[in-house]
Amino acid sequence: MTKYLLLKHYRGAPTAVNDVPMDRWTPDEVSAHIQYMNDFAARLEATGEYVDGQALSPEGMFVRYDGEGRPPVTDGPFPETKDLIAGWMVIDVEDHDRAVELAGELSAAPGAGGEPIHEWLEVRPFLTAPPTITE
Amino acid sequence: MDDTLLRTLTPRVIGVLCRRGADFATAEDAVQEALLEAVRRWPHDPPRDPQGWLVTVAWRKFLDAVRADMSRRRREEQVEAEPPHGPGAASDDTLRLYFLCTHPTLTPSSAVALTLRAVGGLSTRQIAQAYLVPEATMAQRISRAKRAVSGVRLDRPGDVTTVLRVLYLVFNEGYTGDVDLAAEAIRLTRELRAMVDAPEVSGLLALMLLHHARRPARTRADGSLVPLAEQDRGQWDTELIAEGVEVLQAALVRDRLGEYQAQAAVAALHADARTVAETDWVQIVEWYDELVRLTENPVARLNRAVAVGEADGARAGMAALSELDPGLPRFTAAAAYLHERDGDRATAARLYAQAAGTATSAAERDHLTRQAARLHVERA
Repeated sequence: MTKYLLLKHYRGAPTAVNDVPMDRWTPDEVSAHIQYMNDFAARLEATGEYVDGQALSPEGMFVRYDGEGRPPVTDGPFPETKDLIAGWMVIDVEDHDRAVELAGELSAAPGAGGEPIHEWLEVRPFLTAPPTITE
Repeated sequence: MDDTLLRTLTPRVIGVLCRRGADFATAEDAVQEALLEAVRRWPHDPPRDPQGWLVTVAWRKFLDAVRADMSRRRREEQVEAEPPHGPGAASDDTLRLYFLCTHPTLTPSSAVALTLRAVGGLSTRQIAQAYLVPEATMAQRISRAKRAVSGVRLDRPGDVTTVLRVLYLVFNEGYTGDVDLAAEAIRLTRELRAMVDAPEVSGLLALMLLHHARRPARTRADGSLVPLAEQDRGQWDTELIAEGVEVLQAALVRDRLGEYQAQAAVAALHADARTVAETDWVQIVEWYDELVRLTENPVARLNRAVAVGEADGARAGMAALSELDPGLPRFTAAAAYLHERDGDRATAARLYAQAAGTATSAAERDHLTRQAARLHVERA
């Protein structure tokens, strides 16, 4: 089994096919989208492939150390052009193909007009612990 | 088996052990072990005197722990040499535990965790699940909290306002995991009220009961939020409301107003309205005025501005809002609402979408996004 991170972006991913901001959908379309996401997570829990999922606020900043005795330097809120993560789901699946298959399903979540968003999701494998048998 | 009985007895048993000279941290561990044993044994071998059983078993666990640790030998001698503390009512022991677990030296999250374990009798795993952190993390938080208060003597009464603040946090932080934190907060506040004669304790209990009464109507089956104005009031729990109102009235007649009583009074006025149109907004504004006077809390001012919008019209509400810091939580959402009431749907839609971007919970974000979507649809 390998863990994969499915990343959803507010900004920074290639443009989705059905690219309409959520507040321009109808309330029913918003509800249908949320329902799809919840159902997806519930289904992966049932198959034993779900690990974690979280949504992130778009508000945030960069922070770095600025030397002994000085407060950290902050930069932000993020300018419009920056890559901005909206949330993630961690899945634990058999192989890479399964991770891609599931990301494809998640990307089919309905948006404006009830049509799939075809949103680009970033799929990143976790680095694993080294295997015991190496030869 | 009745898990509430066990959890009610938890702080009393810790109190007895401490009075016998046990240090709080070790006593608390010993009682947790005794609780586990009770869960295993009581179903087929129920004790005649549950508290006596727990005290006996916990005291044995405590002595085992002290003996097992050679480095603690000196403390053991101290325990044996020290005469038992003077007689005191069991409720005094429990009350001292409330003060200890909410001691001002603890951070709010540590105080919450320690209170749920030592006073609430919840296991570390249950508390970790409720706050969505790994069990090891919660265990560490609790043991650090125990160390932090290890030097605090249990012989002086603490400040009840710190206890109330912690119980308020437990109630307000939501309902996740197997444990119903809101119900747990109500249970602990009831116990506190039986020991402390202070109107604000009643005020907090009333506030909790009145909000808990609305819980079935607050969310739809899919988890989405239902705003107060749209809630099906038939789903409100009338028994909890009646109790909340009674507790509040008994507190108010004593004429020692505090922030929890004022907040409960607002909740009671909402509970009193059979339909949203019957809401007595003028009285609600008056209670918010009291709340602002008592606390200077900017969130109270924000809620007051929304209430003014209902009592005196959207323009008056916007005027009250304009005096506040736009960086306040929910400021933009309140502005959106008032603009919609004023008939400016375009601005309201823009502000709802903007407010969704600063929401602190997914349910609130989704709700605000739907509000923006609704206005777009209605305008189209």
